[in-house]
Amino acid sequence: MLRFAFYRLLQAIPVLLIVISLTFFLVHSAPGGPFSADKAVPPEVIKALEAQYNLDQPLWQQYVSYLGDIVQGDFGPSFKYPGRNVSELIAAGLPATAELAFYAMLVALVIGVSAGVAAAMRPNTAQDYIPMSAAMIGICMPSFLLGPLLVLIFGIHLEWLPVSGWGDMPGDKILPAITLGTGYAAYIARLSRGGMLEVLSQDYIRTARAKGLSEPLVIAKHALRGGLIPVVAFLGPAFAGLLGGSFVVETIFQIPGLGRFYVQAAFNRDYTMILGTTVFFATLIIVFNLLSDMLAIWLNPKLRQQAQGKS
Amino acid sequence: MNNRARQQLILPLLLLIPTLLLSACGSSESNVDSGNRTGTLHWGNGAEPQSLDPHISVGVPGNTIVSALMEGLILKDSKTLAPKPGVAESWTISDDGRVYTFNLRKNARWSNGDPHNANDYVWSWWRALQPALGNLYAYMYFSIENAQEYYEGTVTDFDQVGVKALDDYTLQVTLTNPTPYFLQLLDHSSLYSVHRGTVEKFGAADERGTRWTYEGNNVSNGAFKLADWKINRRITVERNQYYWNSDQVQLNKIVFYPTENVVSEERMFRAGQLHRTNLVPADKIPVYLEANDSSLHIAPYLGTYFYRINTRVPHLQDKTVRRALAMTIDRETISKSILKAGQIPAYAMTPPGTMGYYPESDLRFDPEAARQLLADAGYPNGEGFPTTEILYNTSDDHRKIAIAIQQMWNKHLNIDIKLLNQEWKVYLDMASAGNYQISRAGWIGDYVDPNSFLDMFLCNGGNNRTGWCNPEYDRLISEVAPTVKSHAERLAVFGQAEQILMDELPVIPIYIYTSVNLVNKSVNNYADNILNQPSFTEMSLQPEQSKIDGGEQ
Amino acid sequence: MTAIEEQGTSLWRDAWIKLCKNYLALLGLAIILLLCLVSLLTPWIAPYGYEEQNLLLGATPPSAAHWLGTDIFGRDMLTRIMYGGRVSLTVGFIATAVALVIGVLWGAIAGFVGGRVDAVMMRIVDIMYALPFMIFIVLLMVVFGRNILLLFLAIGAVEWLTMARIVRGQVMNLRKQEFVEAAYSLGLSQWTIIRRHIIPNTLGPVIVYTTLTIPSVMLLEAFLSFLGLGIQPPQSSWGLLINYGVETMEEYPWLLIFPGVTLSLTLFALNFLGDGLRDALDPRTSKDQ
Repeated sequence: MLRFAFYRLLQAIPVLLIVISLTFFLVHSAPGGPFSADKAVPPEVIKALEAQYNLDQPLWQQYVSYLGDIVQGDFGPSFKYPGRNVSELIAAGLPATAELAFYAMLVALVIGVSAGVAAAMRPNTAQDYIPMSAAMIGICMPSFLLGPLLVLIFGIHLEWLPVSGWGDMPGDKILPAITLGTGYAAYIARLSRGGMLEVLSQDYIRTARAKGLSEPLVIAKHALRGGLIPVVAFLGPAFAGLLGGSFVVETIFQIPGLGRFYVQAAFNRDYTMILGTTVFFATLIIVFNLLSDMLAIWLNPKLRQQAQGKS
Repeated sequence: MNNRARQQLILPLLLLIPTLLLSACGSSESNVDSGNRTGTLHWGNGAEPQSLDPHISVGVPGNTIVSALMEGLILKDSKTLAPKPGVAESWTISDDGRVYTFNLRKNARWSNGDPHNANDYVWSWWRALQPALGNLYAYMYFSIENAQEYYEGTVTDFDQVGVKALDDYTLQVTLTNPTPYFLQLLDHSSLYSVHRGTVEKFGAADERGTRWTYEGNNVSNGAFKLADWKINRRITVERNQYYWNSDQVQLNKIVFYPTENVVSEERMFRAGQLHRTNLVPADKIPVYLEANDSSLHIAPYLGTYFYRINTRVPHLQDKTVRRALAMTIDRETISKSILKAGQIPAYAMTPPGTMGYYPESDLRFDPEAARQLLADAGYPNGEGFPTTEILYNTSDDHRKIAIAIQQMWNKHLNIDIKLLNQEWKVYLDMASAGNYQISRAGWIGDYVDPNSFLDMFLCNGGNNRTGWCNPEYDRLISEVAPTVKSHAERLAVFGQAEQILMDELPVIPIYIYTSVNLVNKSVNNYADNILNQPSFTEMSLQPEQSKIDGGEQ
Repeated sequence: MTAIEEQGTSLWRDAWIKLCKNYLALLGLAIILLLCLVSLLTPWIAPYGYEEQNLLLGATPPSAAHWLGTDIFGRDMLTRIMYGGRVSLTVGFIATAVALVIGVLWGAIAGFVGGRVDAVMMRIVDIMYALPFMIFIVLLMVVFGRNILLLFLAIGAVEWLTMARIVRGQVMNLRKQEFVEAAYSLGLSQWTIIRRHIIPNTLGPVIVYTTLTIPSVMLLEAFLSFLGLGIQPPQSSWGLLINYGVETMEEYPWLLIFPGVTLSLTLFALNFLGDGLRDALDPRTSKDQ
């Protein structure tokens, strides 16, 4: 298992290099520069600014020096916010986004898995239809709709929870976490129901039942492990989605998170900031995909044997 | 074994949910209530400021915060915008209108207690004119003698620029031409002074990205000083006890929020999280109007929304065609049905009443005459008129206006119009490269004077972008207007120029902006003005009134 | 050889018979067919023109003249929803099909072949995940101009990734199951194993995920159109209508409710159909009955 992780991390290096290179040339070829503004910018200013950020050098030279900086852990200065550097901005935005993604994932897993398992235990009954219909609504309820809806109900009309903010007022993290988590809860519910149904019809489950084990025990001891494999495979991408998708929720709730920085950077053509956040997100995604794969191996005895046999 | 491991994982996860929910319980005081109690104003500021350096800051969000932190030589009356003493307690203007002498207050101080004097201005203005700094508002200095030449490098000795400290408390400024709006410029952040010791402590004077503006480092000379700066979350300023007029300042603190999402901002206001919003969504305005809610502030704003027409495009070269297009926009309906905030239909570029100037224009909504004009231009009933594209940047209002105008042109002129929505930077690129046919645009006056609206259409004006060029217009704006003696004569020259502009119509004015804000009733002395410029030194909070209002809700 | 083919066809016939017994699935199928039919006929049966404005009328609640009310431009909502359906259904089905084909092939190959091929293929997926989507869109917009094909491409390019991961996980899992190993030891060819064991057993999760992908594709389309890629006003789609409806949901709730209900109805129908298909195609349930 450790060797598997090691090899995967080794593979991550070329992946990151490709991501950096693609992004670098992508952002530099995107129309509109970092310093264009509503009012015409005098050529003197453009020249001075480009010289300051080395944008007057040939592109390949910028690329090489950027790679050099990255290796040393230097993400460079932000173009949009003079005096701020990218690492500082990432550090400022990360806590809120990470916390939000964590709570949202929690909401998604707890609600999703329990609804999915409950539905799979009694397929084609009310216990199946009700949570699955709710899941369907959850999926077609995008966060840009769910967020404002929750705000109107719980923030404005009932006045139970704050309508925005992050860590400023008690309870202001609840609505964002639910808003972001719901869509994923719905996915997970459907995936876990599907997975559980597959597993529950397998022979070894029948054997377990034939042995006279109670249904909850069958589920907990035998079925969950196999039935949740599709969910586990989904976790890596889901986490990537949570990080990337947090932008909408962050905007609705005025959360000072990385998602907002990232989108702003893209709109502002803040080259270094786009690159920095992309590298950062890419690393996170690679790590979480690795964890999700490792979990899948751990849950699947056959694959586990194989992985151990190799190592 | 594995089951146990899993249980160990799941248990703390399950426990976290109730903890999360429990943390919500316990009622909390709203920002507005607590703010009224402690004298803290909660201000929806629209966006994260790019910088708090007055010579770098671009855009309203930054300038608003800078105006709380800093003060110029001159202040403006919060309602009329007439100049009033700031750091300069008095000033004299020479007879030819070119030499201004400012007498600075002896008790003006920086927020660290250092004295603030005339040399600060000379140094700061020198700094602001260094190209390396990337000051986008350097042109605000160009009425000063040799300032433009120095900035562009044709004059290298700063002593030749028309600014001198005669002594510690006397500053003399010499202009190239008499400039009636010069005093106004002194209240713009790009002409504020900065604390030399602080700037130089954190880097070279003309270095763009230094940390002198950060919390803990920032030294300012205004009514407030920087207390806390949490990126994308909030910026807090607190009362500066060294401010010369500190006794008169009523607020203890102001918290600025980067409220990017207009819809969320309005909800924050309703939930008592903000005293003031930066904007109000158009569809919410009728709700407040119907409820006769006095927290809705609508005021004329010194800005014009217009469409640029690319006069280099063959079928748009004919001014008759442009006139036909201009005459088939039903501005009244756009204002009433789409924008809903009492925007004034615009039939000329300059907002009426700017420094007593009322532009004349024979532009009107007249589809019948417009059809005739289009027929005269060779497109009877729109036949043969090429499909024309309207370029706009992603925004709700721009989209709605474009949809309405598309339909108006199609209906009245029977021509085919396509819409082209682009993201902001792409839009900018296309507009400045002249790579468009018709493009949405807006212009907010930098200062209250017709010149701020009219000098952008000079042949080589960077913001012209229409390819339109008229030598007579150029002569009037850049040669005649600056040299005429009386105010009335000057306005007459502008009137003449604007008539040329409105005859040839490289731009189609659509409406004059209004500023729309929600302001909690507990805020006293919130004055509306045409620059939508807040005066934080005058505002105060009155808790009792908001309590009564709160009780009613 | 012939025996296998016969069995292959009977799988589909079996499935069809089972599907016909599932009334919910049939209802779903009927609704989807109905929606497609309405979309096809929209230009002839829509009560108004989709761009026809009445600015002075503005937003009005449902009435006899406008069954589903009008939007802020005074345009008939029923008409706009009908026209929006044309865009949404096309985008939904085509982009999902693109994502499905690429994702399933990619995931199946990676999962089945395994080893180094798997590693390389999945790292490519990682790279695609990590690329800045926004910049990517802006670039596409400028380089290729705006057209609806590009929209399919952009959406397909994003949506196949998750599909690939899911299929790969499933295939890897299956490859190690007893019955597959048994098939190997019986000397069946790889292609036969894929056809007889791998494909039928992965169909379930794939169908489930497909029914989940269609709504997210429709919403992604709204997001892209909102940014300027894809359809330009006055055209619209369900996703865009909902997007705009959200902003005025307190003042003009009908602008949100009707497109929302339409989209939900479509999704439920798809969902029932998807569930029915999965049950019908499940090889194990066929053994039971």
